[in-house]
Amino acid sequence: MAARSQMALSLGFHIIFSCIGMVMPFFMAVSHFIWLKTGNPVYQNVTKAWSKGVAIFFATGAVSGTVLSFELGLLWPTFMKHAGPIFGMPFSLEGTAFFIEAIALGFFLYGWNRFNRWFHWFTGVVVGVSGLISGILVVAANAWMNSPSGFDFVDGKYLNIDPIKAMFNPAWFSQALHMSVAAFAATGFAVAGVHALMIMRKRNVGFHMPAFKIAAVFGVVAAILQPLSGDISAKMVAKRQPAKLAAMEAHFKTEPYSSLIIGGIPDIKNKKVDYAIELPGMLSFMVHDDFKTPVTGLDQIPEKDQPPIAVTHYAFQLMVALGMLMMGLGIIYLIAIFKKKSWFDKRWFLKLFIWATPIGFIAVEAGWAVTEVGRQPWIIQGVMRTADAVTPMPGIGYSFYLFTAVYFTLSLAVIFLLYRQIKMVPEIYDTKTVAH
Amino acid sequence: MMIYVVIVFLWVALLLYLVMGGADFGAGIIEMFTSNKNKSRTRRIMYNAIGPIWEANHMWLIIAIVILFVGFPVIYATMSTYLHIPLTVMLMGIIARGTALAFRNYDAVHDNMQKVYNKIFVYSSFITPLFLGIIAGSAVSGRVDPQATNFMDAYVYSWLNWFSVAIGFFTVALCGFLAAIYLIGETHDDAERKSFIRKAKIMNVAAVVAGSVVFIASIKENIPLVQWVFGNFIGIAAVSAASVSLIVMWYLIAKGKRFIIRVLAGFQMTMILLTTTYKHYPNIIILKNGGHLSLIDDQGAEKTIQSLGIALLIGSIFILPALFYLVWSFQQKPEQVDNEMHGH
Repeated sequence: MAARSQMALSLGFHIIFSCIGMVMPFFMAVSHFIWLKTGNPVYQNVTKAWSKGVAIFFATGAVSGTVLSFELGLLWPTFMKHAGPIFGMPFSLEGTAFFIEAIALGFFLYGWNRFNRWFHWFTGVVVGVSGLISGILVVAANAWMNSPSGFDFVDGKYLNIDPIKAMFNPAWFSQALHMSVAAFAATGFAVAGVHALMIMRKRNVGFHMPAFKIAAVFGVVAAILQPLSGDISAKMVAKRQPAKLAAMEAHFKTEPYSSLIIGGIPDIKNKKVDYAIELPGMLSFMVHDDFKTPVTGLDQIPEKDQPPIAVTHYAFQLMVALGMLMMGLGIIYLIAIFKKKSWFDKRWFLKLFIWATPIGFIAVEAGWAVTEVGRQPWIIQGVMRTADAVTPMPGIGYSFYLFTAVYFTLSLAVIFLLYRQIKMVPEIYDTKTVAH
Repeated sequence: MMIYVVIVFLWVALLLYLVMGGADFGAGIIEMFTSNKNKSRTRRIMYNAIGPIWEANHMWLIIAIVILFVGFPVIYATMSTYLHIPLTVMLMGIIARGTALAFRNYDAVHDNMQKVYNKIFVYSSFITPLFLGIIAGSAVSGRVDPQATNFMDAYVYSWLNWFSVAIGFFTVALCGFLAAIYLIGETHDDAERKSFIRKAKIMNVAAVVAGSVVFIASIKENIPLVQWVFGNFIGIAAVSAASVSLIVMWYLIAKGKRFIIRVLAGFQMTMILLTTTYKHYPNIIILKNGGHLSLIDDQGAEKTIQSLGIALLIGSIFILPALFYLVWSFQQKPEQVDNEMHGH
């Protein structure tokens, strides 16, 4: 249990650091592009300010990623002994992508006024693209745990290993798409929210408004596209991991016209959900494209193979709710752009985005909880149980406390640092006589 | 055949981590032993030197660990089970160091927090290579014992012994030495240059002392290190080559050379890694019961090794030229970095 908590904690942090480190370079590249095209120094300042954020998040994302590559073995040696050679392929490619990202970041951060302007811009784009690729590769490895393939499991032995097939496992695409879009949405809303706060406080509006708009556009477009990728993902889960889908929906009984359950409190003992909104037939429709075909419920799954139902259900509901909220905000934003330009100065409009700052990341964490908790009790779906994978070393609890303390300190430090970055905006970027 | 490509990559990644990452850790160690009034200058020179390639230096560890867990899962699983504690300490060091360096470079406000970042950076620069060395020493010390029945034997005495700890300190001294040699070439100020040369001398002596302690510890712990190093032609040749190059290096330092001395220091690291790995290759972990884990016998599935080798080859086509260009282009005008980062 402590091992699982430690892993959850490490991944939970890494997911935030790396999403921001992977998406912000794109914001940066857009702003940089506008600056190169228009010569408006505000955009250069925005680019520089963001690049410092990227540097901080990249550094923390890189160390938390290094830690994870060790933790996989420290916590789950048995899993890695068998799974390493099968699902290691994306990791070795990810090493390459990440390396390129580090090199490109070196060029970008230290390359102002040193290289051809467009080469410099290009290195910034490479940071984003290679970051995105490494993100996709890592998610592909996780997808393998959900839909293992590329080997034959015979009498407890892993035979005929094919790492390429394992990498392109059936779930890789849907999961990678869903996660990438989520990263854009979450980071877009988070960054936009921070800038919105500054605009509302009338601090350096000339600096924060363009920054707000760039970040918000990314977040908004991603939020509006996200339900599509969610639908693809859910269909994949239904096919490969019926137990997970059933737990997400708290869907206890297999019957025709399966209903979509929204909200509610699952009553595990009596196998029913209280206080929920039920839409008969909708679940069947979403999974099978017709209203009648039954969807596998928890009654079809032996109790020892069921994931924790309540956690999975709540996490899923939370993710969907927040996703819808972001989509709604996205539509409001689009109206503002095309019809109601004046909304940008309205307090209620800015307030909406300020409140929305953390919701993307809460949704990301919830969605990640769905995919991990929903896979339990398996570490490799249908092949290896989490309990059989954990390290034999006693006293893992202490390791968990240690890592909790470290990550807690680390996130406080990052927040502190970003706060100071933002506080210094007037001094560094607002004067027209910028040092360089 | 591909297995040898993979093994070469593993070895080279370890070597590059020792040299590049080592010089990087060493910069922190040097800072630790610099008097307070010179600290900020040292820090600035160091930052100019390592800033742009800082992230890249530490990728080598990730490459090595990924090769291990993809290609040699049994070895990875054994190490991470029985050397859990030193690995965790090393990770703490990596987290603390990486974030402290990023924070002190990117914190927009320069105030007393800088002191905190510096402290963390300096201590973790010492602890991380210490534990890296301990882990490397433990792998060959023959104390890893999968049959152990109690906690202390399995998880503590696997790494807590004189030999491993001595290797830890030896690694720290090597890192300091590398950094001092590197920094000699980074300054154009005569007094600073002299001070780095003095530090390089101290670190050189420290490495020799720590190296001798390693040999003494190996005798005390019944580890046939003397035989590994001096019992074969390659070992003797490598040690001799390293010694000769060390003398040549000091001569060239006195002559005022900048670049070639780095090459020689890197060569010495290569020779050290060669002697320490050659004799028990392909064995990488020596167990208490006399058995061992080998890169050849304990490799992963054939197809995995094939695709891992291809991935590494393709990766190096992208990485090496870009990395080379990065290092090269920032060697041209190191001053400008300084203006850029401290300009506002």
